[in-house]
Amino acid sequence: MSMFDGLKFRNISSPIHRIDPRAKFIYVLTFFIIAVFFNQLIPLLILFFSQIPLIIIAKVKKEWLRLIKGSSFFATIIFIMNVISLYFYSGYSSLASIIEQASAMTVRFIVLVESFSIFFLTTSPDMLGLSLEQIGIPYEFCFAFTTAIRFVPILAEEAQTIIDAQRARGLELEGENFMKRIRNYVPILIPLIVNAIRRSLELAEAMESRAWGATEKRTTLYMLKMERRDYCLILISALMLVASLYAWLFIKIPTMTQILNIQG
Amino acid sequence: MIEVEDVYFTYPNGVEALKGVSLKITSGEFVAIMGQNGAGKTTLVKHFNGLLKPTKGKVLVDDVDTRHVSVATLARKVGFVFQNPDHQLFSETVEDEISFALKNFGFDEKTIRDRVDWALNILDLTRYRKTSPFMLSGGERKRVALASVLAWDPKILILDEPSIGQDRNQKERLRQFILQMNHQGKTVVIVTHDIEFVAECEPRVILMANGKIVADGDAKSVLTDPDLIAKSWLLLPEITNVLLNLNDLGFPTNVMDVFEAGDLIIERTGWARK
Repeated sequence: MSMFDGLKFRNISSPIHRIDPRAKFIYVLTFFIIAVFFNQLIPLLILFFSQIPLIIIAKVKKEWLRLIKGSSFFATIIFIMNVISLYFYSGYSSLASIIEQASAMTVRFIVLVESFSIFFLTTSPDMLGLSLEQIGIPYEFCFAFTTAIRFVPILAEEAQTIIDAQRARGLELEGENFMKRIRNYVPILIPLIVNAIRRSLELAEAMESRAWGATEKRTTLYMLKMERRDYCLILISALMLVASLYAWLFIKIPTMTQILNIQG
Repeated sequence: MIEVEDVYFTYPNGVEALKGVSLKITSGEFVAIMGQNGAGKTTLVKHFNGLLKPTKGKVLVDDVDTRHVSVATLARKVGFVFQNPDHQLFSETVEDEISFALKNFGFDEKTIRDRVDWALNILDLTRYRKTSPFMLSGGERKRVALASVLAWDPKILILDEPSIGQDRNQKERLRQFILQMNHQGKTVVIVTHDIEFVAECEPRVILMANGKIVADGDAKSVLTDPDLIAKSWLLLPEITNVLLNLNDLGFPTNVMDVFEAGDLIIERTGWARK
């Protein structure tokens, strides 16, 4: 679960937490687009490091580190796959540049994970639902979305209890061959699914008893209001996007291999 | 025998659930571990079958250190019935559910059949043999869960919140059943905050609060001590409370048995029975 902990909202107070989710989303999206623009190592590394101050300001360093550690498995796979495919399909490249390109792809993946992590760590599901609602998405969809997010940790906890209960009845989950291990997960998956369905039915009944969908126009307790700092962030995002577009079109970005003058 | 030696346990998320717990449960004892939600009761008993391993200190079950054996090995000796039966029921029929653990432990076919029959019978479930466990009521599901553990006849039986969700009659039947198991020589450990249920069972009571043991003794001395009970955020048994309020009329404060209280009232008031 260590990886998903890095995407779970932490209720702490920080300037990043207070930013309007819509502005924050635009910022994250900008980062996403810029990371997809570039495939060279140097700009991607700059992107990666430029996020770190935000993480420190948001006081979520520990969770973020855990996420990076959790995603290192996928990062390794991406790196290896890239090295293999670059080696076979661009036969003329030197080893140094192959490694550089593969590293760039890996860093790109981490940057994408990182930016989403900042968003989810600092935006409560309620705020997220509220902002979806206020950009005009029907309430039913917003509710389904936030509920799904909220149920993930509950399901994870429940899965652990079920695993414990079945292990207490002599179920072995380690060792043995692959097929047997898959079959051993049946006693865990069935209670998990049955309980999830039962819980959602109960939730539906409880919601309906509390007049869910009684009126077309729902009012909300909190209203999101864009403030000056939120507009500032959107402006910064736009400038970043323009600047990187410019760099992408007109500046020839050197590779690490060229800078270090490694000959392959 | 279960020996817990100065055990500390911290969950991965940093919550310190046990802070230096030591206790010894001998063979054939009947123990109730009580305390408020979050006191560390379930965390403690999960150490008894190795589901959790101590962060510091050690737990010995029949002189075997739980850190060195698998849960499956310990489970053969220590049966653990979880609080919510829905966390373990998954089979198509009650019969399959009960035989699940027996198959895991590698019993032969005939023994499995005998044990299933025995467990169905003892918990009054024989008529549900071919029924899906998901079709049963809450109390019945709880009984299936219990049967599925009893079936392999573990020496030590741990019941997490056995009385939750049971009506008065079922509770009484459960009490009889637990006492019967205990008389047959099984070590029984129940985890509960149902003080009335414990008062009726009269086991040894271990009271926990904030990850520590605050009292350990016979039911009467622990459960009728207003200070101890208040300290662990529980409430006194009703009958104790009644007599405690009549203390100024000369009633004793350490009564928790309804019949004993009745006799005392007759004795004090001089009312004669017809």
